[in-house]
Amino acid sequence: MTINGKAYIAGIYEHPTRKADDKSLAQLHAEVAKGALDDAGLTKNDVDGYFCAGDAPGLGPLSMVDYMGLKVRHLDATETGGSSYVLHVGHAAEAIALGKCSVALVTLAGRPRAEGMATGTAPRNYGAAAPDVQFEYPFGPTVANMYAMCAMRHMHEFGTTSRELAWIKVAASHHAQHNPHALLRDVVTVDDVVNSPMIADPLHRLDCCVITDGGGALVIVSPDVAKRINRPRVKIRGAGEAPKHQMGGRIDLTYSGAVWSGPIAFAEAKATPADIKYVSIYDSFTITVLMTLEDLGFCAKGQGGKLVADGNLISGTGKLPFNTDGGGLCNNHPANRGGITKVIEAVRQLRGEAHPKVQVKNCDLALAHGTGGSLGTRHASGTVILERE
Amino acid sequence: MAAATERKIPAPPPNPETQKFWDAAAQGKLLIKRCTSCAAVHYYPRALCPFCGSDATEWQTASGTGTIYSYSVMRRADVPYAIAYVTLDEGVTMMTNLVDCDFNVLRIGQRVRLVFKPTDGGPPVPTFTPA
Repeated sequence: MTINGKAYIAGIYEHPTRKADDKSLAQLHAEVAKGALDDAGLTKNDVDGYFCAGDAPGLGPLSMVDYMGLKVRHLDATETGGSSYVLHVGHAAEAIALGKCSVALVTLAGRPRAEGMATGTAPRNYGAAAPDVQFEYPFGPTVANMYAMCAMRHMHEFGTTSRELAWIKVAASHHAQHNPHALLRDVVTVDDVVNSPMIADPLHRLDCCVITDGGGALVIVSPDVAKRINRPRVKIRGAGEAPKHQMGGRIDLTYSGAVWSGPIAFAEAKATPADIKYVSIYDSFTITVLMTLEDLGFCAKGQGGKLVADGNLISGTGKLPFNTDGGGLCNNHPANRGGITKVIEAVRQLRGEAHPKVQVKNCDLALAHGTGGSLGTRHASGTVILERE
Repeated sequence: MAAATERKIPAPPPNPETQKFWDAAAQGKLLIKRCTSCAAVHYYPRALCPFCGSDATEWQTASGTGTIYSYSVMRRADVPYAIAYVTLDEGVTMMTNLVDCDFNVLRIGQRVRLVFKPTDGGPPVPTFTPA
């Protein structure tokens, strides 16, 4: 049993807003749903499967199918933080392959800016019942300092430098200058990154992703529906998911769950990293990208710094074009969850609908990867491989 | 000298599974869990062993010495503080703070020793300082 070829991404939509003072959370979910259905040439009455995660209000899928007036026969609220929507792609393909639905809608939305949320630099308390909280929260874990500890250890073991990490942001900024919706459109240099204020050693301000409101949606359909709607056909070739945690205290911060999710996705897709023309890599921080590329097999462990340096991730000139929308580092990180925008830009590339300045030539096979939760404590990696048919 | 002690440490919320850990902390002892079935030690402590699944786990007093596995000084905070993972000599790695030291000379691999710090209305928490 495989999902390879059993489902297609037929609709995508990224909300243009980056600050949604005048919209409700449910409204944002519904707006991105409408956008993706319009893109697919479908309506809400065609939807028979709905997928959302922890950003959805109230009782998640129940509240949202009520708000949107959907009549569905399949629900999935898999919640792994920012990677949820990458996992949803695989889960939707599974549900479609089993005949549980034929038009699956995935939505993400949030308004952390409008709500003034201290996103990356204030400890998050997931509640006293979370078994780790009493052993971690008192020490002040934030999103920033948890990823920073990964970077610190990577530097210690492999000699990775801040200037190498900075190249990831530089590449993202080169792409973002062409995206009119990107929050940050100025091209930055390696010096700009390493001279920006230190947030949590060794991560500087420009090593961190943006905080934005907005959202995105995907419409995933069966082969029969894909044939009927006359849209560019982006086939789901493979999907892999894997959580990684503290392993009872045998902590190793040098790798991510991508070491497991990647091989599962590549095997299902019958592909290798050398076949991939474009990658969307979750970029909560520069270190997230570097570790993920190593773990997915785009270079040997510890060689990520050399892989990303010298503009190698810049579309048109580099060997491995990544995050051509500007990514989370420059464009958008709606609801502090970047998974769905990773899938959306991969689909744009496969359709040939990326900005002409960043469109990868002959882009027939792409990879999108999400990292949800915290790389420094517990997270889930999701990898999907998509093909233009 | 940067002073992590100025940061008000939130109180940990003990529960029936972990009350002994926090009672020991109040006595200045750091407990870890050892499985009597597979002999593995683990952290954070659980009633059921995360390695073999046995419910035959017992408390063990840690030596209180270890090495810095990784750390980061949170610069963008009202009071900068050093968060860390410290690998205890017993083999488990735990999240903690590095305290009573100059944050600018910390390094991975450095030897550290246990020191408990008071919290805001709860039991003290295990932190570490250079040995």
